[in-house]
Amino acid sequence: MGSQGGFGQSKEFLDLVKSIGEARSKAEEDRIVLHEIETLKRRIIEPDIPKRKMKEFIIRLVYVEMLGHDASFGYIHAVKMTHDDNLLLKRTGYLAVTLFLNEDHDLIILIVNTIQKDLKSDNYLVVCAALNAVCKLINEETIPAVLPQVIELLGHSKEAVRKKAIMALHRFYQKSPSSVSHLISNFRKRLCDNDPGVMGATLCPLFDLITIDANSYKDLVISFVSILKQVAERRLPKSYDYHQMPAPFIQIKLLKILALLGSGDKQASESMYTVIGDIIRKGDSSSNIGNAILYECICCASSIHPNSKLIEASADVIAKFLKSDSHNLKYMGIDALGRLIKLSSQIAEQHQLAVIDCLEDPDDTLKRKTFELLYKMTKSSNVEVIVDRMIEYMINISDDHYKTYIASRCVELAEQFAPSNQWFIQTMNKVFEHAGDLVNIKVAHNLIRLIAEGFGEDDDAADSQLRSSAVESYLRIIGEPKLPSVFLQVICWVLGEYGTADGKHTASYITGKLCDIAESYSDDETVKAYATSALMKVYAFEIAAGRKVDMLPEFSLTVEINKISFNGHCAFVYALEEHINPCQSLIEELLASHSTDLQQRAYELQALVGLDRQAVESIIPRDASCEDIEVDKNLSFLNGYVQQSLERGAQPYIPEDVRAGMEDMSNFRGQDKHESSQHGLRFEAYELPKAPTPSKVTPVSHASPTDLVPVPETLYSRETHHISSVASASEAGSSGLKLRLDGVQRKWGRPTYSSPTTSNTSDSSSQKPVNGVTQVNGASAVNSKTRDSYGSKKPPVEISPEKQKLAGLLFGGSSQPEKRPSASHKVSKANTNAADRSQESNTAIVSNEVAGEKTNHQPPPDLLDLGEPTVTTAPPSVDPFKQLEGLLDPSLSSTTDYSAGASATTKAPDFMALYGETTTTGISASGGYSIPVSGEVNLLSELSNAAVSSSPGETIVTSSSHPVKGPNAKDSLEKDSLVRQLGVNPSTQNPNLFRDLLGRE
Amino acid sequence: MIRAVLVMNTQGKPRLAKFYECQSVEKQQELIRNVFSVLCSRAENVSNFVDAQSIFGQDARLVYKHYATLYFVFIFDSSENELAMLDLIQVFVETLDKCFRNVCELDVVYNYSKMHTILDEIIFGGQVLETSSTEVIKAIEEISKLEAASNSINLVPKSVSAWRAR
Repeated sequence: MGSQGGFGQSKEFLDLVKSIGEARSKAEEDRIVLHEIETLKRRIIEPDIPKRKMKEFIIRLVYVEMLGHDASFGYIHAVKMTHDDNLLLKRTGYLAVTLFLNEDHDLIILIVNTIQKDLKSDNYLVVCAALNAVCKLINEETIPAVLPQVIELLGHSKEAVRKKAIMALHRFYQKSPSSVSHLISNFRKRLCDNDPGVMGATLCPLFDLITIDANSYKDLVISFVSILKQVAERRLPKSYDYHQMPAPFIQIKLLKILALLGSGDKQASESMYTVIGDIIRKGDSSSNIGNAILYECICCASSIHPNSKLIEASADVIAKFLKSDSHNLKYMGIDALGRLIKLSSQIAEQHQLAVIDCLEDPDDTLKRKTFELLYKMTKSSNVEVIVDRMIEYMINISDDHYKTYIASRCVELAEQFAPSNQWFIQTMNKVFEHAGDLVNIKVAHNLIRLIAEGFGEDDDAADSQLRSSAVESYLRIIGEPKLPSVFLQVICWVLGEYGTADGKHTASYITGKLCDIAESYSDDETVKAYATSALMKVYAFEIAAGRKVDMLPEFSLTVEINKISFNGHCAFVYALEEHINPCQSLIEELLASHSTDLQQRAYELQALVGLDRQAVESIIPRDASCEDIEVDKNLSFLNGYVQQSLERGAQPYIPEDVRAGMEDMSNFRGQDKHESSQHGLRFEAYELPKAPTPSKVTPVSHASPTDLVPVPETLYSRETHHISSVASASEAGSSGLKLRLDGVQRKWGRPTYSSPTTSNTSDSSSQKPVNGVTQVNGASAVNSKTRDSYGSKKPPVEISPEKQKLAGLLFGGSSQPEKRPSASHKVSKANTNAADRSQESNTAIVSNEVAGEKTNHQPPPDLLDLGEPTVTTAPPSVDPFKQLEGLLDPSLSSTTDYSAGASATTKAPDFMALYGETTTTGISASGGYSIPVSGEVNLLSELSNAAVSSSPGETIVTSSSHPVKGPNAKDSLEKDSLVRQLGVNPSTQNPNLFRDLLGRE
Repeated sequence: MIRAVLVMNTQGKPRLAKFYECQSVEKQQELIRNVFSVLCSRAENVSNFVDAQSIFGQDARLVYKHYATLYFVFIFDSSENELAMLDLIQVFVETLDKCFRNVCELDVVYNYSKMHTILDEIIFGGQVLETSSTEVIKAIEEISKLEAASNSINLVPKSVSAWRAR
């Protein structure tokens, strides 16, 4: 053994590993590693380091980097090591560079040469190492440098080399399909390789190629089928058996390929039916790998042209999966069910209880898979239950990624299958409330659109009912703390648009609520903007309805002035109400806001309240959010106005392209300011809005040509008409009043609703409307698009009675196919549960018996369940010894023959001993080992003590364990003493390190 | 294809990390941490599959298996079969077990480069290369033998030779 030790590492390295293993905090670990890096940095550049030492340094570097620290200073040494002639060093070098470097690293250039040379080496191990590096390090540019050699290696005499060469070629194909496109035929050729391993390796690239283009490989269907047949009939060498299954991984790959080739191809599918059927029939569902093949068969059967026999067989397998206790199998069963359900929806019906069980399972993965299945089988009849379940689950998950996903699923299902508007709105409320800002903003826009448009039927009563129910639900929800921003935007919009529509709520109630929102979410400017706009709408509707508006006292002044200027038009009188209104403070605050958007909205609101009824009605017509707008692209309505201005000596407009050519720009600057304002984005996004004081009284200081002051009454009304249409357009764009913001957003390339800007923003008397109109022109294309999408209404909700029945069965008893409240669902479900269970219990017992018999005849080869309690809690009726013999030693498991009774007897003590040993480790936590072991303590005695102390509980095991605790404990002792020899003292944590991974306990 | 193979102990310390897609060192650490936080939140007796899309992006699945003090984790995409991956982990561990005789965490820690050699024989460039642990052992032995032959240092781990003697 010597001081070098079996681990082949020096004491230093072992010490490093040990101290890191015992580090109590990340900081401590970092300190140790940094120290190690310092040491390595210093020593690695020392001259004349023995090669063996160098190799160890490299390994230590790799280790350091695995722990997340930068080891780049040593890369070059790893590269140098690949040049070494010594095989061991070369391989170490290659290992290190493949772990260190990525394909674009600068040092690659130094390796390509070595790789080229090594690919030609006589020693196949060198070739393999080089091929390994090729896979990781060669990029698109360097492929040509090694390609000829790799192709040559496809015909190498060693199958290990051929195998790896194929993989390397495959890798090239993945990285740059064009560079090897002429060599793809090589894969086909290698499919006929004598060595099954090489053939199996070829399936990987072929799978990729067929995924991309199945049609070019239809000719291979026969070959694949015959290969699969041969494999399934055990024609391959025994060494390819795994847990008694013939080459299962090759079978799986082949089934995957067949699934691709047979998809949508009846003829190809027909040639596969027999072999797939055979495999399913012979399938061994007692081992993990057997189930993997069965599952793959189902996938294949559901992908190819359907065959009723195969589907039937698949359904049986699924039944077995779902009834199994293993979560893994349940998971596979649910997944397979999801695939098969496309072909025959009755299958799910048979397994409703199993599905419901999976849904209630504590295992998250299984739950998610089940939701996936439910998603696939959602219909209008069961959508309520399914979406309710999803939301319930969604509330409790913390993983944002998945939350977003499931929220969007809920929305999708709700939009597609909603049985009633009311339910839809409630569902959306819940989704918004709980998933909030994770929901795509588009969903919010869709919701707004839906509320505005109704469900498409020309039933105004239903629509308005929908709206009032939305309003009611929002008023209820508003009180909740911490609502997400997106949801608040929807609420504000709906309250603004429809809050007072049905007359149930007074304007002051609604405005009060809106102000509350704006106040409690004062950091959220978007919400505030929505709230302000909503306020404006509510006031506008009030004014339009001829009611008085109680707003800020300041407004009274404006109102008075308005009255004077409008004289005859003034139809109502504003009262000077002094009572404190929450809006007052809000608007005041917004008027001084840092956000120009909010400021502008506040000013607009202020101005709007000062207008007369007719004007307000034109600006914000009631319930016009869905009206289409007609855009006058030529701005013809301004012609008279322009004419007038020109007559008064204004400069004519010069288009921008023409203007750009002019030498003296300054001449036009003053004009540009006004004229170019038609290209509004630039102008608006950055300029602070002026306080639009009602122009009738406040003369605008500069004689702007677009100033509205002198506009005669007729023109004025014409213009406002257009403005109003703009307003409705913006609302139709369903991002509602967030117009200006959207304009800005669009500048940054967000593809959200690019609704026209300004529109509603402007007081009719300011010069803004002109801008607004021009911009609408610009965006008219977008507008028409939006309108188009209105046309695509939801598909009509269809309820086929048969499906309804299925859902009834699935979620609550066939007796009541109608929709019921979810509470009754549960009750009835429980009933059916009980009924079905009792019915099923018979079969369960039978299958149990079968299983029991099986275990008696043959120990379960499913070694993956080694450590699971099933072993220890095995019913006494089963011969414990027989059970154990299969389970004890994994080395046994891979030997294909299970009937080796003799070897089993020799193994049994082995296991027993280990049992003792592992219990020791369990105990060590509570006492024993926690005292630092001072070097020479007799570990063996400790072990036996521990074993004794732990024995009483386990009657079967301990009876034999004590006397024969032998070889395995000795193994770990040997390992322990080896470490000691090297001077590393195992202390507190080390007993764990000795724990047998395969858990022979 | 297989995207990554991770071995970490129950305290989250990485014992082996191999990524078949290029990742920066920082990213690797982040992935390891995320995987660990998922694993330690899993109850016992639940399935061995985890949806890893939030960690590894689209289409990523994760299969793990808990052996004594170690987690073995394979991350792969939809072109692989979950149950088969689970068995591949078993193949890997069985192979380790044969190489090291009753493999334990300590072996994994100290035979870092050998772990990689074994893994490279099973998974190559993200594809499953060999699934028979007997074949893998054969290859490993041959490598050890040749390495030893080309090197005066005796590096055949005693556990392998011991295994062969069995």
